[in-house]
Amino acid sequence: MSEKQFSRPAFFASRIKTCGGWYGLWRMTKDALLRYCVHAGGYGVMLMIALMFFYLVAMVMPLFVGSSIKQVGGYPVPDSAAGKTLLLGMEEKNKLGVRYTDKGRIIFFETETGRSVKTASIPLPENVTITGISREGGDQSLVAFGLSDGKALLVQPHYALTFEHDQGVIIPSINFPFGQEPIKLDESGESLSRLAVASEEGQATLAVMTASGRLVLTRLAAISSPLWASGFKIVRKEFTLPLGPIEHVLLDKAGRTVYWVEASGVLNWVKVDPAFEVLSQGRQDLVGPGRKLSSVTLLNGHLSILAGDDAGSVSQWAWVLGGLDQSVLQKLRTFNVSAQAVTSIESEQRRKGFIALDVTGKAALFYSTSERKLLEYRLSENKIRMMALAPRATALLSESEDGRLTLWRLTNNHPEVSLKALWQKISYESYAKPDYVWQSSSSGNDFEPKYSLTPLVYGTLKAAFYALLFAVPLALASAVYTAYFMAPAMRKIVKPGIEIMEALPTVILGFLAGLWLAPFIEAHLFGIIFTLWVTPISVLLAAYGWQYAPSSWRHSLPDGWEAAFLMPLIMLVVWLCLSFGGPMEAEFFDGGIKDWLSQQWGIEYDQRNAMVVGIAMGFAVIPGIFSIAEDAIFNVPRHLTIGSLALGATRWQTMTRVVLLTASPGIFSAVIVGFGRAVGETMIVLMATGNTPMMDFSIFQGMRTLSATIAIEMPESETGSTHSRLLFLAALLLFMFTFVVNTLSEWIRQRLRRSYSAL
Amino acid sequence: MKSWLRTDTPWIWLNAAAVSVSLLLVSGLLLLIAIQGLGHFWPKSVAEMSYLDEKGQVRMIIGEIAGTNQQGAFIAGSADAGDETAESVSFQYLIKSGNRDVNGFDFHWVSANRIERWHYPDQVMVIERKEWGNYYGFIESINEQGRVIATNLEAWPVLWTKLDETSKRIKKIQQIESHAIRKISQQLEQLKLRKKRLLMENSTQPDELSLLEAEITRHEGQYQRYLDELEQLYPLIKQYTVVARDANEQRQIIPLANIVRIYQPNRLNGSDKIRIYGARLTEFLTGDPREANSEGGIFPALFGTVMMVIVMSLVVAPLGVVAAIYLQEYAKQGFVTQLIRIAVHNLAGVPSVVFGVFGLGFFVTLLGGEMDRLFYPEAYPVPVFATPGLLWASLTMAMLTLPVVIVSTEEGLLRVPRSIREGSLALGATQAETLWRTVLPLVSPAMLTGLILAVARAAGEVAPLMLVGVVKLAPALPVDGSFPFVHLERKFMHLGFHIYDVGFQSAHIEAARPLVYATALLLVLVIICLNLTAVCIRNYLRKKYQAMEE
Repeated sequence: MSEKQFSRPAFFASRIKTCGGWYGLWRMTKDALLRYCVHAGGYGVMLMIALMFFYLVAMVMPLFVGSSIKQVGGYPVPDSAAGKTLLLGMEEKNKLGVRYTDKGRIIFFETETGRSVKTASIPLPENVTITGISREGGDQSLVAFGLSDGKALLVQPHYALTFEHDQGVIIPSINFPFGQEPIKLDESGESLSRLAVASEEGQATLAVMTASGRLVLTRLAAISSPLWASGFKIVRKEFTLPLGPIEHVLLDKAGRTVYWVEASGVLNWVKVDPAFEVLSQGRQDLVGPGRKLSSVTLLNGHLSILAGDDAGSVSQWAWVLGGLDQSVLQKLRTFNVSAQAVTSIESEQRRKGFIALDVTGKAALFYSTSERKLLEYRLSENKIRMMALAPRATALLSESEDGRLTLWRLTNNHPEVSLKALWQKISYESYAKPDYVWQSSSSGNDFEPKYSLTPLVYGTLKAAFYALLFAVPLALASAVYTAYFMAPAMRKIVKPGIEIMEALPTVILGFLAGLWLAPFIEAHLFGIIFTLWVTPISVLLAAYGWQYAPSSWRHSLPDGWEAAFLMPLIMLVVWLCLSFGGPMEAEFFDGGIKDWLSQQWGIEYDQRNAMVVGIAMGFAVIPGIFSIAEDAIFNVPRHLTIGSLALGATRWQTMTRVVLLTASPGIFSAVIVGFGRAVGETMIVLMATGNTPMMDFSIFQGMRTLSATIAIEMPESETGSTHSRLLFLAALLLFMFTFVVNTLSEWIRQRLRRSYSAL
Repeated sequence: MKSWLRTDTPWIWLNAAAVSVSLLLVSGLLLLIAIQGLGHFWPKSVAEMSYLDEKGQVRMIIGEIAGTNQQGAFIAGSADAGDETAESVSFQYLIKSGNRDVNGFDFHWVSANRIERWHYPDQVMVIERKEWGNYYGFIESINEQGRVIATNLEAWPVLWTKLDETSKRIKKIQQIESHAIRKISQQLEQLKLRKKRLLMENSTQPDELSLLEAEITRHEGQYQRYLDELEQLYPLIKQYTVVARDANEQRQIIPLANIVRIYQPNRLNGSDKIRIYGARLTEFLTGDPREANSEGGIFPALFGTVMMVIVMSLVVAPLGVVAAIYLQEYAKQGFVTQLIRIAVHNLAGVPSVVFGVFGLGFFVTLLGGEMDRLFYPEAYPVPVFATPGLLWASLTMAMLTLPVVIVSTEEGLLRVPRSIREGSLALGATQAETLWRTVLPLVSPAMLTGLILAVARAAGEVAPLMLVGVVKLAPALPVDGSFPFVHLERKFMHLGFHIYDVGFQSAHIEAARPLVYATALLLVLVIICLNLTAVCIRNYLRKKYQAMEE
């Protein structure tokens, strides 16, 4: 065990010997250390770039992940002796559920265990039964009980959060905002078979259907205080209905539109003003011939009606802008649940999603705007009697026919996004026709976010197009002249002079474009268009005239210095054009070219438009294009040009037929690098466009680009929300686009370099 | 002519014209910024004029001529151009008439043919105020607590002495406010956080807690004493006022404490003007901004830019150099190096705003959130690092500028002749020694070039900063006298963002515009100087290597 054992000192001694003593070992260690450090650094950079890409992808991925449902609790209906369930509900945190029964009991229970927490009951008079129930919407909103004596009672659940031993405890209670005494809604005291309730700013509106088929609208308005108060006044209005049994009554949240659905599936609606005077009314068949309406509800925001039929589909009808500023009901889209009759539809309370249930217990989760069917799941073998979605739509409570309650957890974070919603025309509520819209700011829970990336991509490409329109001719012509015709002494100054433009901060270009150029162009629009025509012509005239100039003049301008000679001339021409532009505009265009454009051609003029962006961003991309193109032209092997000239071609012929042809891949690569830069540029478009997302290719209108949208909206978007992930998607798009463009251009340049050296 | 068009002369001339236009664009842009930016500080003469308004009434106005408009086209953003558009106007003057508190706006369009009389009175004065912008008018008297102590001509000497007195007191107040009080409140904040942390950790040392509490009460007492002192000083600076009257004989009382500068522009001689010019320029470079950044100086923005660039350099320089050394000296040239080169090349082309998005998501939310959870649990829910700030902005910028450093260093390494490395290795040096003693000294100018270019790029980039740490008005500089002296978690101001903010978010764009030009000029100058330095170093290097190879 002793001699054969590996001996540490001996090993080191041998190392020290091979390394040349202790000092040598120290040197070797240093060498190895540095090697590891440098390797780590090299791979670190590679990893960092990969990290950036994968992080963006990771942020975007959840957008396209589907939804899931999981059962987390199941138990017999709590307190089943208190009556059959009429209505189920859940509070904000999904901890407590509530059950309203036909015996007037309100049972709060824990959603996971089914343990009953509190039971309240409503004061029912003798010999009176509950004939109907309706809830307005959210978890703490009004619930109306319709009674058999023509009265109704309004209750409101309330959840208070308190802390006990550092644990949040939710204490439920019941309020009676309009008193504990039932309110008489029908003068003749008929039983209220169907009812609907809505409330807004201390007012409650009730629409009730009496047993004999009369519709009575009632408004209860608190008088003493802005909050619910003891005193309130009652406004009542009665409508006589067309014949036919009524299946459903619905009311929008302002209490201004009443819907009732006949058994045949025909929807009737009437819009009233605050004094209940009828403004308009109409009928609409919701399901079409051959089908039977089986369920109907309002989508969150109350601008759409969801109608389920006996063939298993749900159609969305929305108020859209028709002619004459009138809203009309229009069918936007249809969702397919199954082949069985749809028995109930529950709308989400904060978004435009809903869950539909068929007669066999199969549930399907949908989102209206994106037309996505997010989930399909059989909740129970038995028929489901009733269900309730949690306020944030993260849980679902269902009660089956055999008296069991089940709690489901829903994961459904980004239903708003689908390929269609991002890239295609979408029918939105209140919009006259399908359109591409980007409108992300949410003013409230009722808002329908409009996430079409198409106008942003369109704006990005439009800005880049106009920038290249301005930059490419200038940059390429400059490159041709600088590389091939310019005197070397001048080239030494000009090339770095133009290249230093690249370093100019774009914020300065943007600021000048927005605050100086935009008003300047607006004031001198005609003068500038005029300049664009006059300058080349005057240059040609000057060149033509030059050959007749005295020979002593001509010899004083050495070859390749034409550009310097032209500078004062161009300055003079521009100045003349701009000063005569004003009077000429007044003469030819009745005083203003902008008015003339809008009257003659219907072209609108924005102060911050594509022309301003084109010039400013063109300015930013000229150096990049110029630099690469100039290199490509300058590096064309000399013997090619010399050969061409020797064969009798002129300089310009050599240029176009030999040099440009050889350098064309390099020039192409220069242009796409410029394109990539223009697509990603942020500050210039942010400051020089109006940032309105619209789809119009006019040079006189603004746009909104992907990058500007990120810069504007990212700081105020909520982390992890659909909106912020979409902005990450926009960033990822820019990242990938520039990656492709740059790789392509680099590849072209590599090939060009090889072919030059082969020549 | 026709045959001439078929020769190559017209084409060459047209191409030459493109170069001329490009050069004119560059020089025109720089000239525009320079003239507008430098002209701002020059004290202009102030005219008094009477003109007929649209109702036919004679009105008086005092102000500087800030611009003209030939066509009478409606200029957006002007204060009352609307009523002039009804008739066709041939020539208009834009008068900067100040007195925003009286008139509601600083600028006034007056058409030339409505002006009746126009002269430059000697007595007219300009008061640059801390609030409400400039005041144009005549001095009437100096008051002490509402009592007149000097009028008209005698007012001036009194004014100078009183102004001097007031400014000394203001300086003292500022000293207390910005140094003593801020320091104490920061210390208090930290003490309270430490106490919270102790309580959170259920510390078993009660004496530590009581010591902390005693410290807190002591600081609070000190804080109160400073407040009392301030309370005594404040009435003192408010006691002197200037009574002035404007063109329409309206009286205005301006406290001396509100005056930045006061002068009679039409009486100034050349040297006076230069003196005022210098004072204004100094104020611009070293002063704090006033009036929502539309007046005063830009020092915090300048300082923030420099700080950000320094922190960024500390990160990007070692990383970039190491990566370049790996690519050139250590890695076997092949697929991996090619992949890294492509990635680095592409990174340079990625839009800057994408870096901002990445920085916000990865650095701020992820890294910052983790750091807060680990190191600052006591501050919860107030974020320390989980919010945009200097550190994250610098790291983001370091990523953005990394390719610049790598490419430049690689170019330098590529130009070092092989013979030098081989000679060193042949003499028995290790690879590390060869690198350290022979190659790197030769490459250091190239590394410097890369760093300078990176700094120039970072100083001008704004879009990513908007997401990761820049604010329009930072409450405190990122460096101050309280421990740990450099506060990387703080938000900061930046020249480029300052331009965007003042130019596009300010309420008085017309009044703030010259300041934006001046800021832009400063930024352009800094960046062009940096770039020129880099170009010079690079040219010098190339010559040196050529000489070495021969």
